[in-house]
Amino acid sequence: MKAAGRLRRFAGRFWLVVLVVLLWEAGARAAGKIDFPAPSLIVARMRELWLSGPPSRLFLSDDTLSELLPGLGRMFTGWLLASLLGVVAGVALGRSAVASHYVEPLLHFGRAIPPPLLITPFVLVFRSSTQTQLAVIVFGVIWPVLLNAMEGARSVDRGYLDTAAVFGLRRHERLLRVVLPAAAPKIFAGLRLSLSLALILMVISELVGSDGIGYQLLVAQRNFDSPGVWGTILLLGVLGYALNSLFVVVERHVPGTRRSGPGRPETGGVT
Amino acid sequence: MLKVDNLAHAYGSHHVLDGVDLTVGDGELVSVVGPSGCGKSTLLRSIAGLVRPAAGQVLINGVPVAQTPDDLAVVFQDYSRSLFPWMSAAANVALPLRRKGLSRRERRDAARAALEQVGLGGAAGKYPFEMSGGMQQRVAIARALAFRPALLLMDEPFASVDAQTREELEDLLLAVRATHNMSILLITHDIDESVYVGDRVVVLTRAPARVVQDLAVDLPFPRDQIATRELEAFVRLRAEVGKLVRGRPVDKESQ
Repeated sequence: MKAAGRLRRFAGRFWLVVLVVLLWEAGARAAGKIDFPAPSLIVARMRELWLSGPPSRLFLSDDTLSELLPGLGRMFTGWLLASLLGVVAGVALGRSAVASHYVEPLLHFGRAIPPPLLITPFVLVFRSSTQTQLAVIVFGVIWPVLLNAMEGARSVDRGYLDTAAVFGLRRHERLLRVVLPAAAPKIFAGLRLSLSLALILMVISELVGSDGIGYQLLVAQRNFDSPGVWGTILLLGVLGYALNSLFVVVERHVPGTRRSGPGRPETGGVT
Repeated sequence: MLKVDNLAHAYGSHHVLDGVDLTVGDGELVSVVGPSGCGKSTLLRSIAGLVRPAAGQVLINGVPVAQTPDDLAVVFQDYSRSLFPWMSAAANVALPLRRKGLSRRERRDAARAALEQVGLGGAAGKYPFEMSGGMQQRVAIARALAFRPALLLMDEPFASVDAQTREELEDLLLAVRATHNMSILLITHDIDESVYVGDRVVVLTRAPARVVQDLAVDLPFPRDQIATRELEAFVRLRAEVGKLVRGRPVDKESQ
């Protein structure tokens, strides 16, 4: 009963996706060009590339284990590092009008630098490809977190702060129980933005490296493996979608973000 | 208990308080009434230590207030900005009790008892967005009660709820006041309310505010929304306060 309802809702929402894929399939077959393969061909190639391993490894292929997963590991490490730094620095700056007055121009300068450009100097500085990739991800994704956390901590409602002052909350109580929850919607908006940015930067940093799916994409292109190229792109799209959905689910279960009915918490923030 | 001595304050060149003097005795409920925008809230914020007045001082039990006094609780007008929406009613009430050195269990029990007292015994686990405005303001009152302050400040506490709820909350205030030994300063622009709940009514002028009159309210307890408001003494007092709030002596115009 309940499952049927859920299936109906799913179908009601995703029929357009199915239709687009069918049109794509029909169009690609009609065109018959080798560089514009049909989705069925791409999916078959994707299976071959990433899901052709033995059942004991959940069918994950060697490439998945040696290229895809380490890349995702770097992405998460970089994102978590940037999130931690960004939230701590952002909240601290947001609570200090003096500090943010001086530091803000620097932040906007840093944010304005296109992160892919930093690969070149970072290679010189770090030499190792893993460190370079991590550094590019951290530097590239910290800004949305930092600026949103700063904005969130700065714009905590005066009423909340007055209440905290009147009832004599101590500094750490005020920070943990008032400022952080009040800034949480903006912080989460920043974290979500930076997560999708982290995926992009992971691939870009791998395009100049010698491992990861970014590198696999280059190899596929050089070998004229057009289903492989398209498959990599499709995989990244699926990963991005999955990460975002996962994030929304996690956000909904973080205690303290509940504040406006059973639906989604309020979001919004600066990018 | 509370003594406000020649308090003055200005925001830039806008003078809001111009030498306000008032006192609240132990266990007394004093209403402060005045026209909108006359600086009532600034007066309350100065007493609460949220605003540092330009001149004059606030004394609580003879000690000048420099920052927020320990034994003080405030019920603000805007419950939606004073209750934390990320906490349940019970958590909101229990939060200030942490600094009192109570255990988790004691805090929870105190919060439940206070919610019980304002008639929200069953709503401890509810979040503010699940409650009506009147219920939220009850939670804010429960939070103040659980804190067991010596002095309770209320800044237009019933201005954001509908008329019927306002009457209920006024009676709730009178009821809890009878069981708690605390002094209360209630700020309001509602003339009826100031007389109905007060032991004394202090009337302020338009900004820059001064005290024009300090009236004793000798209406019998328990007060009743219908019977008390029909008393001749109530009607007379209300008219007097009303005239004082609206009227403005000509000689002050030129200042």
